Amino acid sequence: MRARVLIRPKAGILDPQGQAVERALPALGFSGVSAVHVGRLVELDVDDATQLPSMCERLLANPLVEDYEIIENA
Amino acid sequence: MSAGAQPKHRELGLTDHEYDLIVTGLGREPVDVELAMLSLMWSEHCAYKHSKKLLRRLPTEGEHVLVGPGENAGAVDVGDGLAIAFKVESHNHPSAVEPFQGAATGVGGILRDVFAVGARPIAVLDSLRFGEPATSQRSRYLLEHAVAGIGHYGNSIGVPTIGGEIYFEPSYEQNCLINAMAVGLAPHDRLTSAAAAGVGNVVVLFGALTGRDGIGGASVLASAELGEGDEAKRPTVQIGDPFTEKKLMECSLELLDRGLLAALQDLGAAGLTSSASEMASKGGVGLDIDVGRVPLREADMEPFEIMVSESQERMLCVVEPGRVPEVLSVCEKWEVPATAIGEVTDTHSFRIFKDGELVGELPVPLLVDDCPLYDLEPEPPTVPLYVGGEQQVATDADPVTILRALLASPNITSRRVVFEQYDSIVQSRTVRRPEQADAAVLALPVLSVATGAGGAPIPAIAVSIDGNGRRVAVDPRAGAAEVVYECAANLACVGAEPLGLTNCLNFGNPEKPHVAWQLSEAVDGLAQACRDLEVPVVGGNVSLYNESPDGPILPTPVIGMVGKLPDARRAGQIGFANAGDRIALIGEFHPSRDGSEVAKLHGSAPAGALPAKDVSAIRVAHSRVREGVRAKDFVSAHDIAEGGIAVALAECCIAGGVGAVIRLPEGLDPFGEDLGTAFIVSGTTEALAGLPIIGAVGGRDLIITDLLEVPISEVSALHAGGLSALLS
Amino acid sequence: MKFGVIRFPGTCDDVDAQLAAARVGEAELLWHGDRDLKGVDAVVVPGGFSYGDYLRAGAIARFAPVMESVIEFANDGGLVLGICNGFQILCEAGLLPGALLDNESLKFVFRQVQMDVVDRNTPFTRNCPPTLSIPVKHMSGRYYSPEPVQVVLRYAAGHNPNGSQDDIAGVVNIAGNVFGLMPHPEHAVDPLTGSEDGLTIFESIRAAVDERVRVA
Repeated sequence: MRARVLIRPKAGILDPQGQAVERALPALGFSGVSAVHVGRLVELDVDDATQLPSMCERLLANPLVEDYEIIENA
Repeated sequence: MSAGAQPKHRELGLTDHEYDLIVTGLGREPVDVELAMLSLMWSEHCAYKHSKKLLRRLPTEGEHVLVGPGENAGAVDVGDGLAIAFKVESHNHPSAVEPFQGAATGVGGILRDVFAVGARPIAVLDSLRFGEPATSQRSRYLLEHAVAGIGHYGNSIGVPTIGGEIYFEPSYEQNCLINAMAVGLAPHDRLTSAAAAGVGNVVVLFGALTGRDGIGGASVLASAELGEGDEAKRPTVQIGDPFTEKKLMECSLELLDRGLLAALQDLGAAGLTSSASEMASKGGVGLDIDVGRVPLREADMEPFEIMVSESQERMLCVVEPGRVPEVLSVCEKWEVPATAIGEVTDTHSFRIFKDGELVGELPVPLLVDDCPLYDLEPEPPTVPLYVGGEQQVATDADPVTILRALLASPNITSRRVVFEQYDSIVQSRTVRRPEQADAAVLALPVLSVATGAGGAPIPAIAVSIDGNGRRVAVDPRAGAAEVVYECAANLACVGAEPLGLTNCLNFGNPEKPHVAWQLSEAVDGLAQACRDLEVPVVGGNVSLYNESPDGPILPTPVIGMVGKLPDARRAGQIGFANAGDRIALIGEFHPSRDGSEVAKLHGSAPAGALPAKDVSAIRVAHSRVREGVRAKDFVSAHDIAEGGIAVALAECCIAGGVGAVIRLPEGLDPFGEDLGTAFIVSGTTEALAGLPIIGAVGGRDLIITDLLEVPISEVSALHAGGLSALLS
Repeated sequence: MKFGVIRFPGTCDDVDAQLAAARVGEAELLWHGDRDLKGVDAVVVPGGFSYGDYLRAGAIARFAPVMESVIEFANDGGLVLGICNGFQILCEAGLLPGALLDNESLKFVFRQVQMDVVDRNTPFTRNCPPTLSIPVKHMSGRYYSPEPVQVVLRYAAGHNPNGSQDDIAGVVNIAGNVFGLMPHPEHAVDPLTGSEDGLTIFESIRAAVDERVRVA
């Protein structure tokens, strides 16, 4: 099964990448942009989807500072 | 690809005449894989068609030379059984298209050249040139991303970036210059040749998997002027991975340390084709390669794609059959994929197989030696090639205004905001970091508690990279010579004597007579200066066709020079140090305004003439500074370069955080330039006895009597903020 | 007294750390794939870009075979020093609280910085002067911890290079035997190449080990 894991910085932690992108878009002429955050995407084929949360907790994300979202059959 | 009306060979950049030579040489028409290989090997970038004859004018011999031009990197002897290998290479065209990866892979490529000869890379330096940052967002973008790319690669692989230069001129707007230099250290007996040897020996490809990176890339890009439609060229830019190269480097050095290799070569422009054919040519042997055995990153790659792929971080070696298992085992330890892909034969043929079936066969000499070399047809330009810019400073501005403008100008202002993105201390050799002295200084022995015990000298090397475009445009012959003198002057300031140099010649389209003239004159000037200072050329690179619809770039030779100093503890520094120290001006100094930074600020085009040089006076001045620094007579030493003596004095004050009171010799132009000839040194009255004294260190202002007075705190801030003001 | 300096694929400052440690004791390199710590008295997890900083800095190195032994060694009270990437690895491995995030500037920063030694009662700082001048060189050095931590080093006013919370430059675990810092003390051991302040950290470790040996 193909799964997709989205990893995002936890709310409340300074996200300078998100801020940099949020500053850059208006400079290119795009208005009405806010609340930008930059994270990571991991895509993988798995035989056993029940292992995904454990993969996220141990390796794919750092739960102290990141939230993750698992999308199955992506 | 363009419409089918063009014959294939022309699409690949070969002229009809060249194609005819190929057909004659082969005795038949080439098949696709052969044509692809030939088109790359016969490109300007690989074959140096327009420059090879010219480069033969450069002096390449010297008592310290261990390896001259022709190998992956040149090398000089630095004593104690040690060699320093070094080379500079350009990556201009790929960087204009994708600056981060272009600059990163430029660093990766030159590092591989250095460890391919068996030297552990110990330093990187970079010479960068862009359009005007104040007015060009594109140039700011290129600068920012090229710097990030250099930092990314150098920092990740653990090689310090210890020096460099950055210049801005409108001429480089469409054609930025990214020249990367690497320096490596090896015991003499680990220096390795790329010559394939031993019929029956196995050819092993190791490193990253092969994909479609750069197919039709670097070589072809470098052989054509950049015009409209560059976006379509983006897919062919190579992507670099410094982590893979770190493992590859450690693996290669261990293979050499264990004596497991008969030959080693890196894969660069034109990938497997150039790497393998050059190995065969140097060894006077043939090679059989089976592309079916090359480990691929992408499915269904055709033989020609595999042969010309420029996927990064790959090396080729030749191994005696009995030692192959050991080689593979070392590669496995370092997690580096390695595969036997062919063998050395006694034909002079390069045969390409696909899973055992012959798909191409080329005589090695046809690939490597028989590319026609062209004579240039130089003619001096009949019209001015370059225009002046906007006037930034009025011609009647007062000296304080001019000094402030120069110190804040992009070509002179501090580069701290750039070099703080580079690790310049990893490997624990760095004795002089950026901005501390005019050249970088690296200790040669591994530093332990015992090093230098009892005052024993600690041998060191010094490295500088210097180029010029504006002044070479004024007079290519004198300007190119001046670059060599200036580079040597930088070495003298830290107490180093030059051992050898590497050069990168960045010019426009050599098929145009005025560019051919610039190139020819510059090579002659370079050659003369090398003879004058007895510094041989041990290797280098040429980048041509740097041209846009507006014309050629400023003719820009870039020199990387390596020197030696006997004791790292006596390395020189720029900054004045002690109130009361005297300040002296050393050298025959005849500054003028043509081609100077102040003339640029006044809106002048590069034109006129450069000051005549007295070579024996230059040698005397360099020697005097070198000896004074080594004897610790000179607390500080700094050569007078862009901006003239006023700027040089300000730089010494800023670096030392202290002022000075100066009286310049009568009639001396404070902002005129005469590079490579003169120095500002400071020291006690006794130490400077007999030298022309122009002032003393002290106070908190730079005071040049009857000319200007500025607080050091103010000019420090100006000098510190020039680039960051433009980049934020 | 013997230091063990771990080498992962991509580690850059391992030899530098080994040379620095060798100024106060013996020092050998420990291969990532080998669980044997060779009886060393203190472990150094050095700086660099282990595994290319892939995924997150230190995320992959923490699972190396040698790290199982390092965790066991630390749980038994052994002294562990994590420098820069080493600090990142120790946080990922759970031997230290918190995490190192991207520099606020989003750029790599190399700079000589001043630090205050706020806790001189650790085995790593007992021989340190009140302030240290040591270089930093990193892309992701912004320390963050939602919980209170034992701060050992703080960047002096105006010297914080990465935006770390409370100007934190180095922390120690509750037991006081595992120390992580972003600056590179191994690059401050010789006046020829910089300051000598970093040497005091290695000297502190040596003194702490010697004392344990005497007590034992």
